Amino acid sequence: MAIKKENSKDVIELLRRMWLIRAFEEKVSALYAERQIVGLLHLGIGQEAVAVGALSLLRADDLVYGGHRSHGHAIAKGADVNKLMAEIAGRASGYCGGRGGSMHIVAKECGFITATGVVGGTIPLALGAAFAAKERKKGQLTVVFFGDGAGQSGPFHESLNIASLWQLPVIFVCENNGYAEFTPLSAHTKIERLAQHAKTYGIPADTVDGNDLFAVRATMRKAVDQCRAGKGPIFVECLTHRMRGHYEGDPAKYRELSQLAEWKKKDPIARVAGALKRQKALTDKELAKMASEAQALAERAAQFALASPWPQADAVADQVYAVANT
Amino acid sequence: MPEQTYLDAIRSGLEEEMRRDPAVYIFGEDVALGGPFGVTKGLAEMFGANRTVNTPISEATVMGLAIGTATAGLRPVIEIMFIDFITLAMDQLINHAAKLHYMSGGQLKIPLTVRVQCGISGAMGAHHSQSLESWLAHVPGLKVVMPANPADAKGLLKSAIRDDNPVVFIEHRALYWTKGEVPANEQSVALGKAARLREGKDLTIVALSSMVAPAMTAAQELAAEGISVEVIDPRTISPLDIDTIVNSVKKTGRMIVTHEAVEHGGIGAEIVSRVQQEAFYFLDSPIIRVAAPFAPVPAGPTLEKLFLPNHERIVAACRGAVAAS
Repeated sequence: MAIKKENSKDVIELLRRMWLIRAFEEKVSALYAERQIVGLLHLGIGQEAVAVGALSLLRADDLVYGGHRSHGHAIAKGADVNKLMAEIAGRASGYCGGRGGSMHIVAKECGFITATGVVGGTIPLALGAAFAAKERKKGQLTVVFFGDGAGQSGPFHESLNIASLWQLPVIFVCENNGYAEFTPLSAHTKIERLAQHAKTYGIPADTVDGNDLFAVRATMRKAVDQCRAGKGPIFVECLTHRMRGHYEGDPAKYRELSQLAEWKKKDPIARVAGALKRQKALTDKELAKMASEAQALAERAAQFALASPWPQADAVADQVYAVANT
Repeated sequence: MPEQTYLDAIRSGLEEEMRRDPAVYIFGEDVALGGPFGVTKGLAEMFGANRTVNTPISEATVMGLAIGTATAGLRPVIEIMFIDFITLAMDQLINHAAKLHYMSGGQLKIPLTVRVQCGISGAMGAHHSQSLESWLAHVPGLKVVMPANPADAKGLLKSAIRDDNPVVFIEHRALYWTKGEVPANEQSVALGKAARLREGKDLTIVALSSMVAPAMTAAQELAAEGISVEVIDPRTISPLDIDTIVNSVKKTGRMIVTHEAVEHGGIGAEIVSRVQQEAFYFLDSPIIRVAAPFAPVPAGPTLEKLFLPNHERIVAACRGAVAAS
């Protein structure tokens, strides 16, 4: 893997962000194992190059919609890790006051509009955001993340059709990690590459190595330019792998150990680190320091979260409805 | 006051709100052409096809799209042609629209109006005739409105569009061509307030949507028999103005609830439960519901007529309630 056209200073910052996501999710996993965090947690360890690669080219006012495995997307868009950890831990200081949790992150301040617990649930929402952006004419983009499992749902197909029909400024980022929950893609569809669906609806589509940060960036750069120029939607399929089970606690017996080892060799963080080292942009020592700095930020986020108060009792049925002028 | 049909009142409510607020957009099947009943007729010409947007027959996605526009600053109105098809859009409406404000800790607001029409008219059968309001009223985060006359249809629609929450605005197809006086000015009717349509002292009828007119007819017939009936139209079933109903029952001591939806699990059950809790010692007789049987809506006209609750059944229920005490 080569850095090619990238500036190594930029790449160092991107690696820092990937490390932050990795360290954050490893901390979430550890806290879950200690029962300090409860709930249904879906980690994207191994998929960091997609989140960081796809979102590193956006403007601050671009809008992002995620799925159930979206901690990384929120961090890549600029979410505060303390408030994110507190939200996952159900605390009052979390982004959503402890009402959203891991699968329903909203960090509006940084343009991460919402995640969802429903597979593919935000794809139509992203269309709406793109529609509004098109009407506003300020060149805003919408990016929506979903997995290969969403590709067999009705709204996925309806959304591709409408996005194409109305030429909406939306980038569909499919994280094809090969598994829909416990089942390989091949057991759910004859279509090997989800990009094929996009092409059927007249949407330009690329399939890239989602564990190659530079490949994701190169494809996204083209997509962002086209989409911002008003040339309609783009579909980017990123082939990747989650190094964990579907959810924390899933023994993932459906997956061959050899397959996991194969993907470990393609660890997206190690690949970026290797490229920087080969360029002599960073030493081993500096790389190790970067990793430990990320771990320290994750540790600090955990301390912030666990020291934060639980929500007040009246929050249970508060804010069910928006009150006018608030 | 000028007279308008229920349908024209809704159309003029849409027109006034689109003129007042450039963030109001309409989405739906055939809406730019006016829709099957002509409710949105002329709006595309007036405000542009970009604000009165024809969509493919993709209810699930169009509902989500409308919600998405709300998360990005618009004030969408989506038309679902028949309430029966709202089933296709339930994930987006229930899991997303209704919950995003709460789940986001107040970061997001969803000022969405879902216009649907429901109910029985014209022997259209089980996929074009249902009344599904109690499903929707069961969901925290949604507001559910069921206007019974033109003035309320216009005034409540204006409030629904201005509300910062998702509101399901349920029109009744059989009422579209009924006429009534409608204030000509920009008057809105507050959500969550019942209307007392007739004062009485012996019995309260709580009637919804298409059952309001038969309830009024029944009240008139009963007056001739010396039974004085009060008629209340909740207008909004979520939030429900239970106080107006409870206060009425405390005065009359008897209650009939009537709606076109099937009786089992209908919104009438919620109303009855709340009334017995808050006015138990004021009741002189058991509360009776007059609603549809627990069956899909049959298509044939004779069966459809048998299915539909009517004023004769209301009169009989009222006589029974009075005779029981």
